[in-house]
Amino acid sequence: MMKELIIAGFGGQGVMLMGQVLAGAGMFEGKEVSWLPSYGPEMRGGTANCHVIVSEERIGSPFVSSPDVVVAMNLPSMDKFAPQLKEGGLLIINSSLIDTEPERKDIRVIKIPANELAAEVGSDRAANMVALGAIIEKVKIVEVDSIIESLKENLPERHHKLIPLNEEALKRGMEAARD
Amino acid sequence: MKVVAKRPRALMDKPTHYCPGCTHGITHRLVAEVIDEMDIREKTIGVAPVGCAVLAYEYFDCDFQQAAHGRAPAVATGIKRVLPENFVFTYQGDGDLASIGTAEIVHAAMRGENITTIFINNAIYGMTGGQMAPTTMIGQKTTTSPYGRDSKSAGEPIRVVEMLSTFSRAAYLARVGLFNNKEIKKAKKAIRKAFETQKAGQGFSLVELLSTCPTNWGMNPAEALDWVESNMVPYYPLGEYKTPEGGEDR
Amino acid sequence: MADKILMKGNEAIAEAGIKAGCRFFFGYPITPQNELPAYMARRLPMEDGVFLQAESEVAAINMVYGAAGAGARVMTSSSSPGISLKQEGISYMAGSELPGVIVNIIRGGPGLGGIQPAQSDYLQATKGGGHGDYRLLVLAPQSVQEAVDLTMEAFDLADKYRNPVMILGDGMIGQMMEPVEFPGETSPEELPKKEWATVGNEGRKANIINSLSLQAEKLEELNLRLQKKYKQMQEEEVRVETTKTEDAEYVIVAFGSMARIALSAVERAREEGIKVGLIRPISLFPYPEQVVGKVAEQAKFMLTVEMNCGQMLEDVRLAVNGRCPVYFYGRTGGVVPTSQEIYEKLMELVRGEK
Ligand SMILES: Cc1ncc(C[n+]2csc(CCOP(=O)(O)OP(=O)(O)O)c2C)c(N)n1
Ligand code: SF4
Ligand SMILES: [Mg+2]
Repeated sequence: MMKELIIAGFGGQGVMLMGQVLAGAGMFEGKEVSWLPSYGPEMRGGTANCHVIVSEERIGSPFVSSPDVVVAMNLPSMDKFAPQLKEGGLLIINSSLIDTEPERKDIRVIKIPANELAAEVGSDRAANMVALGAIIEKVKIVEVDSIIESLKENLPERHHKLIPLNEEALKRGMEAARD
Repeated sequence: MKVVAKRPRALMDKPTHYCPGCTHGITHRLVAEVIDEMDIREKTIGVAPVGCAVLAYEYFDCDFQQAAHGRAPAVATGIKRVLPENFVFTYQGDGDLASIGTAEIVHAAMRGENITTIFINNAIYGMTGGQMAPTTMIGQKTTTSPYGRDSKSAGEPIRVVEMLSTFSRAAYLARVGLFNNKEIKKAKKAIRKAFETQKAGQGFSLVELLSTCPTNWGMNPAEALDWVESNMVPYYPLGEYKTPEGGEDR
Repeated sequence: MADKILMKGNEAIAEAGIKAGCRFFFGYPITPQNELPAYMARRLPMEDGVFLQAESEVAAINMVYGAAGAGARVMTSSSSPGISLKQEGISYMAGSELPGVIVNIIRGGPGLGGIQPAQSDYLQATKGGGHGDYRLLVLAPQSVQEAVDLTMEAFDLADKYRNPVMILGDGMIGQMMEPVEFPGETSPEELPKKEWATVGNEGRKANIINSLSLQAEKLEELNLRLQKKYKQMQEEEVRVETTKTEDAEYVIVAFGSMARIALSAVERAREEGIKVGLIRPISLFPYPEQVVGKVAEQAKFMLTVEMNCGQMLEDVRLAVNGRCPVYFYGRTGGVVPTSQEIYEKLMELVRGEK
């Protein structure tokens, strides 16, 4: 099993962290993982994205050119990365910020109102964790416990008080992806 | 700021890549307005630095050369020596001018090279993501001064205008700040004087603009402007340090 | 698994330097290696080490020269345009026989180029780079873990040969995160004393660090001694990995991050019964020419794959020496070839053979 993801949004939406937490969770489970960010000044004001691979086997290219999963946290990200999805791939849309339909008909689409769900649990900055919940619910690459473990590693100590909130956001994302 | 509805002729009609609230944009406009007012656009050759303004050649509607990091004054020297009747200006950041390119700027000023330098002091390396610049304030945190700039290891911020003032052939040297409308007006005046100095063949001219980098300072644009006024101006006093007539105005 | 941590290549290389006993770092910002100096700025003060942001790469490499001459394990890092600026200093280090580790996280060139990953500094790294007849020992990791291992080794090799060693990565190696383990730790105090270093000549003849020889014969002597070192490197330091080459009819040659992408193409072709293998040079100087030459005897062709316009290709051709055709596939400017592209190129060539 090898899953290749592209997670994208605008700077400040926490897409990089989302990818790191996911890769870290895979590592805790003894899987092969890689995380590759977009970098440099092109990120300024524009979109940020990261490529994440979680796999049982050796990872070849860390650069994902045809993803199994695309998470689009805003519209420019959907426009840019949905066309790269594998046939039958999964597109997770943050419907809080995207109200257009994807053009492709040969992919699976789920819409998650990530900002709203995050706001309901206390902070719309946890929208990234809602989306992450949706990923692990739909793709089953790592267990939720590993995500929480990884979150602890990735968040600086002073933010650890936010972990319960993030956990709640994760669960909301999982539920939303289930129905 | 006077809201000038019309785009200066010397600027292209396209959006820039600068972050919201960054003063690079204002400075482009001021330089372009001066070029328009002096009607020298078709005789002007700009030299772009390596830094956030690396794409300046995309925004100005005049001939441009893009120089290696820090070498703009040397490139400008080459251009000016071939084309003494043209206007040549460099547009450089503080990392570009005061760090890797210190030798080039010092020697251009020492020779009294008849060029104009627009010097953007934003106390940081913007383009590469917020490292310490030679102009970074004491105590200021950057990615390469994570515990705050410490003078024991990293020295005191370079005051470029003061340093260059010792050269007799540096004809016009001024420092301005971009933190309110009044100061922006003064900044434009200084840029005009610098180009006039070049026009009169009086020697090297440089205007240092105390600028903002909200992105890497981790501030919003308004906070950044305040920070220039309250933190930078006391260490970097504003005013004209040298004029062709002699004398200072501070 | 517990002691594995997820780290960015740039940061892992920095930590590997510290673990190898390096306490001195001199650098200058440039993308895509900025996390390396930033990490050193945070970490070295905790180890009573020195991080200094130099005014330029020219200054940085000369600080490295001074620190190496004073006997310290020392490191610098940069990316392509900055490495070009360092070439004068690197040549002086080689001429003065100074150890030191230089990291090049390559970006696309020439000139200011771009900031995306590339391998277009291969020739600069392996053929000297600056003026004069010298070589660096050049090591090219394909993963973050290997970057750690090779960086730690690089310090030992630099000391063994009194020669600068270059870690040649690319934007992908520098930027990506993978799980890593650090194999051990050396403290600077444990390292053998360097008798030749300039540390004050109490009780002995003065030590001089120098590359000037005005007498032609003397300079020739130095050059011959350097050549002897390079020959010894060729005998003792070749590092190469071969995968499925035993029965291979077709062989891909690739290094660094390109090799792991190429391996995916090899695996896919194998699934279809095509007998393909991979040679991955890890040391780019000394080059594994014997291994490449030997495999060429059985191969119908070799395909060199690089993120440039064909630089290592020259070394492959020299090593193959006419024993089989050598083809090339590459993307450049920061474009990363996909395993699909490599697979298609391979299959096109295989069909041509039949
Ligand atoms: C030889 C070389 N070294 C380093 C770099 C990387 N680099 C690009 S811009 C920059 C610093 C820019 O800072 P500054 O001049 O202050 O301009 P700002 O972005 O703040 O306007 C550096 C170090 C480079 N392009 N070339
Ligand atoms: S990084 Fe700083 S200097 Fe560069 S464009 Fe943004 S605000 Fe301006
Ligand atoms: Mg700056």
